[in-house]
Amino acid sequence: MKTLKPESEAELAEIVRTADEPLRIQGGGTRPIGVPVNGAPLSTTGLSGIELYEPGALTMVAKAGTPLAQVEAALAQAGQRLAFEPMDHRGLLGTVGEPTIGGVFAANVSGPRRIQGGGARDFLLGVRFVDGRGEVIRNGGRVMKNVTGYDLVKLMAGSYGTLGVLTELALKVMPATQATAVLLCEGLTDEEAVAALCRALGSPFEVTGAAHLQRGTGGGPVTMIRLEGSESSVAYRAGELQALLAHHGEFGVETDPARTAACWRDIRDVAPFHDRSGDVWRLSVKPTDAPGIVARIEGAEAIYDWGGGLIWLLVPQGRQADTIRQAVAGHGGHATLIRGSRAGGAFQPLAPPVAALQEGLRRRFDPRGLLNPGLMGQGAAS
Amino acid sequence: MDMPDVRPEVLARKEALVSRLQAVVPPDAVIHDPAETRVYECDALTAYTCPPMAVVLPTSTQEVSDVLRICSDMGVPVVPRGAGTSLAGGALPTADCVVIGVARMTEVLESDPGNRFIRVQAGRTNLAVSGAVEEDGFFYAPDPSSQLACAIAGNIAMNSGGAHCLKYGVTTNNLLGVTMVLMDGTVVELGGAHADAAGLDLLGLVCGSEGQLGVVTEACLRILPKPEGARPVLLAFDSSEVAGACVSDIIRAGVLPVAIEFMDRPCIRATEAFAGAGYPDCEALLIVEVEGSEAEIDEQLSRITAIAQRHDPVEMRESRSAEESARIWLGRKSAFGAVGQLGDYICLDGTIPVGELPHVLKRIGELGRDYGLSVANVFHAGDGNMHPLILFDANAGQLETAEALGADILRLCVEVGGCLTGEHGVGVEKRDLMGHQFTPADLEAQMAVKDVFDPGWLLNPAKVFPLDASASRRMAAE
Repeated sequence: MKTLKPESEAELAEIVRTADEPLRIQGGGTRPIGVPVNGAPLSTTGLSGIELYEPGALTMVAKAGTPLAQVEAALAQAGQRLAFEPMDHRGLLGTVGEPTIGGVFAANVSGPRRIQGGGARDFLLGVRFVDGRGEVIRNGGRVMKNVTGYDLVKLMAGSYGTLGVLTELALKVMPATQATAVLLCEGLTDEEAVAALCRALGSPFEVTGAAHLQRGTGGGPVTMIRLEGSESSVAYRAGELQALLAHHGEFGVETDPARTAACWRDIRDVAPFHDRSGDVWRLSVKPTDAPGIVARIEGAEAIYDWGGGLIWLLVPQGRQADTIRQAVAGHGGHATLIRGSRAGGAFQPLAPPVAALQEGLRRRFDPRGLLNPGLMGQGAAS
Repeated sequence: MDMPDVRPEVLARKEALVSRLQAVVPPDAVIHDPAETRVYECDALTAYTCPPMAVVLPTSTQEVSDVLRICSDMGVPVVPRGAGTSLAGGALPTADCVVIGVARMTEVLESDPGNRFIRVQAGRTNLAVSGAVEEDGFFYAPDPSSQLACAIAGNIAMNSGGAHCLKYGVTTNNLLGVTMVLMDGTVVELGGAHADAAGLDLLGLVCGSEGQLGVVTEACLRILPKPEGARPVLLAFDSSEVAGACVSDIIRAGVLPVAIEFMDRPCIRATEAFAGAGYPDCEALLIVEVEGSEAEIDEQLSRITAIAQRHDPVEMRESRSAEESARIWLGRKSAFGAVGQLGDYICLDGTIPVGELPHVLKRIGELGRDYGLSVANVFHAGDGNMHPLILFDANAGQLETAEALGADILRLCVEVGGCLTGEHGVGVEKRDLMGHQFTPADLEAQMAVKDVFDPGWLLNPAKVFPLDASASRRMAAE
């Protein structure tokens, strides 16, 4: 099927207005998440370019199809970055292509630094989008604080194109940091690791990464804590944390820039599961519930991020879906099937009144059911 | 201020309504005597008043649900009320409404420092949330200046900010979950102690919706470990433009202070007369605060003063102790009270891109002269959230002139790429200016959200949307 690739917002609006069949909306196509959509492919990559960048105001405005790499390169040149550290899904999902900034926000993709600074949605200041009737809608703006009217910006983040096609985004960006240190400890059990991570995150030492791998590169469990800032500040905090965590385990300190960067890139992209077969689930839970939930899933291997609040689970193909859903539902949290057969629904089922509100919003924003229909739904029976 | 016509048929059923309400909440929780309902006739925007038909003060989510079901059933509008500190008229009643106040819902439901959250009833005050976790070494970050009095319910309704949100974000960035009752009485749970919602981000949508989508009864809030220490530096300049440029340079240099506050000469003079903080007599001053260990604070402050030095400051005063810090903050914290001593004032809340500060400050001065009114400026410069204070004399009939000047200043904020309100909310105050920031399609999309949550358009009527924009919906619902 020929991919529709509008070159302007007006052209995109016209396509949606006159569409007579569902549209499968994509940026770079590197993040096939949710129930697969049957529809005419519509790419936003024709809407590309950084419209405005003011480092002194920590703000950037870019068209939705702008390659993420282009955004990150422009930021790096001014000593800034996207603080929420978006994951690159290509390795885990075996996709190719160029991730776009629009796709990052449509899927609300956040990495390890989410625990400290917030997720993608927290850095989205404003949007322009085309709704399912072909209307161009603006919400938010390019200022840090804005409570003028309802916050449709948050609603659009993580809506996977089901309420509208993003055309332009205004972002809050942050200064990059000078130095990084990683505290590493081997051999902790899941419970011990999460306890240590919670202790670190509850300290004033501004931890920007807190992860635990059941199987690190050496084969055994590894617990990792990241500190960022000026060189002297990082050194000071690393020392303080080592002392604070002494009764949890013996933490060594790694400061080599290449090695520290690689170890968090691997957590961010879930690298240990790239070349392993099986389904991959993403669980969002209360951190101290995490080890207990993982223990209930037979044959699962876990990577904990966000101090335990985010669990990446590798399970044998097609197995354990019900156990995972139930384990999470019992504690309050949610599970998403990221890699595996998603036709039966990828997201956690919602409570009926919440599901009704979401359905109501979809009917308002996309009355003809054109935009990625069913992607966030429960799908056909598996 | 135009308000929707009072519906006589609703007023006529007052007696039946009151007896139904009394059946679902304790007897003293229903206030219907006109002498007593007057207490609720306004919030902190005192220029507009209207006593409600009745007030209910429930103590639980279940009671709120019962009350809403009755109001929904009888077609009675409902105005949710936190602590009544809104500067935008966000809790202004209509004569035919029931006010639901959360003042009796102040309990801590769960405190979990290990997982860094606290769950509270929504009537708890902002400061009492921090108070509940202080001994564990934590705090709740958003700090609106009314934090001693304002309720979390209102903070969520308005997505409140504060002086320290440059680093910590505003309410929406610190809100993990809510229990909310829809107008028809349905109770929904959005979010929780885990990060990010399943499905669409309804939590993000509800935060800042000014009580028009539901009544929030409980909130799960992120708490943060207290920093080791914090100290400010005071930087004085002989022009507002230079102070504005210094703000941009500090941010561009990669230092991230927790707060950058700005005061101009009229404001400095007023606070000196009122509080005597010992500020230098200058055109503009900045208070920049950083956090960390003593050594980290020194390191950051020396970077900041080095940047400021390039802008030729009149004076730089680095705090060396808790007493000196308190002195530096004293004037800033008394600014609103000090300006209040000079007479009546309107406090605006427009936000602009930081780079536009010098231009906008200059234009505000010119506009003030055109209208013959003085304007004092005190605001959160790091995030461009301005608070021009327009001084006027209500007894001399200057309110309308002051409001017209305010509208011009807000239009200016929108013209330079900013917005009408950064943290106070739209309420009734800025409702009729919404057309300057949004197209009809933009407003239509927002009103579509209300259609879904509150199809009868009964919750917090006449706020946020211009009355003509919402007229057809309100008529259809009747």
